[in-house]
Amino acid sequence: MAQQLSIFLENAPGRLAALSRALGEGGFNMYALSLADTSDYGVARIFVDRPASAKDYLEQQGFSGTLTEVCAVEIPDEPGSLGRLLELLSDNEVNIAYSYVFVNPLTKQAINVFKLSDPGAVALLEQEGYRVLDDGALHA
Amino acid sequence: MSETYYQEHDECMSRQALEDLQSRRLRELAERLYHSTPFYRQAFDEAGIDPARIGGLQDLPSLPFTVKNDLRAAYPYKLFSAPLDDIVRIHASSGTTGQISVVGYTRDDLQMWAQCVARALTAAGASAHDIIQVSYGYGIFTGGLGLHDGATYLGASVIPASGGNTKRQIQFLRDFGVTGLACTPSYALLIAETARELGEDPAAFPLRFGVFGAEAWSVGMREQLESAFGIKAYDIYGLSEILGPGVAFECSAQHGLHINEDHFLTEIVDPQTLRPVPEGEFGEIVFTTLTKQGIPLLRYRTRDISRFITEPCSCGRTLRRLDRLRGRSDDMLIIRGVNVFPSQIEQVLTGVTGVSSNYQIIVSREGLMDKVLVKVEIEPDFPADEIARFESIERQVRAEIESALAISVQVRLVEPKSIARSEGKAQRLIDNRKEN
Repeated sequence: MAQQLSIFLENAPGRLAALSRALGEGGFNMYALSLADTSDYGVARIFVDRPASAKDYLEQQGFSGTLTEVCAVEIPDEPGSLGRLLELLSDNEVNIAYSYVFVNPLTKQAINVFKLSDPGAVALLEQEGYRVLDDGALHA
Repeated sequence: MSETYYQEHDECMSRQALEDLQSRRLRELAERLYHSTPFYRQAFDEAGIDPARIGGLQDLPSLPFTVKNDLRAAYPYKLFSAPLDDIVRIHASSGTTGQISVVGYTRDDLQMWAQCVARALTAAGASAHDIIQVSYGYGIFTGGLGLHDGATYLGASVIPASGGNTKRQIQFLRDFGVTGLACTPSYALLIAETARELGEDPAAFPLRFGVFGAEAWSVGMREQLESAFGIKAYDIYGLSEILGPGVAFECSAQHGLHINEDHFLTEIVDPQTLRPVPEGEFGEIVFTTLTKQGIPLLRYRTRDISRFITEPCSCGRTLRRLDRLRGRSDDMLIIRGVNVFPSQIEQVLTGVTGVSSNYQIIVSREGLMDKVLVKVEIEPDFPADEIARFESIERQVRAEIESALAISVQVRLVEPKSIARSEGKAQRLIDNRKEN
């Protein structure tokens, strides 16, 4: 499992810029970002090096943040690969709360991030030969 | 628990002795007002009241009221009863609506005021051994100098920090051995918050008690202040027209505010009919200043809403208590016919995990309907990564406000520190209906 940093943001001009600026000023490198939004606010879900210290740093800067364990899976670059993975999860009645894709900064391989209803699904994926990454496999 | 009094004789006298004293002082006051203040002479004459025939408390309901507008119209000195030569201090109300009301104190008034504040500080556990930091604004506002003089009278070591420069406030609290803090409750919270941002634990300061006033605040806010600083937090009440802080104060029982009734005769009336409400019911507080000389007022309508607590207090004081203020009737919102005080919403918020008690209420009108939006800051460490989780907090806050206050509101979570902080009184309410 890998650590995702989730930040509460108001849906207003400049808030994402403020978050990015704060991370930059703190010397944190961000390599994945996904936004979920409503009309009033949203959550920025990010992958960043040193996630725990990034969270502390952002809270000092006035952001509300939390670390979430998510499932980051390497996906083979071939037709139908994501479909097979999703079917495997649905056959086992594992629900996906949200998902997004980014590229592993170390291996340049596509990674699919899932927040799953059942953390035990990681074992299932590994059994089926998928590579589920932890923080060590992501941060240099 | 041992409780000491500053003026035991005055704070613990029998009801009968107190009422005799009040009757005598009321007679003297009526005579003084009639002969020294044209405004009251005219009011007595118009009501056909001969001040010489006032017997005592039983005649109080027939006497004329004084309202805020009378003070504004008397700007600046027309309601003063003492000549300006005898006035040694002038203060004024904050005057949120434009015109300010001016009050003057004689030397005796300042002494009485200082004694009233010293009673309040003593009830909070203070003594001459304490170091008291006064972080109310000093100046024309009564908070700063009122607490300053009272703490000085008590013999405490007083730090006249005034408001603002929060980092310096924290330095004093940490380095000067401060045992008592006096300021508005919202500023005290800001001090605690700022201390944490600077990496300091406010609970580690030597502070033992806080005396907080000038705003209505909730029991939940008391709990926050007490745990943030590791102190006991006491309410102090007053208004510049009557005295400034020190009209009433909490004791160690922390259940209601003892009124300094030997100086301030107190009634609770129905704001519509102006008749006394049944004992123990909420209504508007009305004060008559029994001993003041600079600008004594008869039956002054405060617009503050509270009620009498009638049971005897465990602290031994016989001075009657006011319940925690519900707020000023100026701050009272009428939402679709329901009376709502911001402090009631604050009380709900302090009971919900994940949100802070920094909030703002924005009222607007859409067509014929009043719309209430409550903005509240999320806690910095709220553990959520899914929108559904935030929406469920909003729903919870909305449901609890609806069940506690019987009004429907919209709730919006906002980022930590996005609602402006105040170093004086907090701006909790924005009513946009008045523009239409």
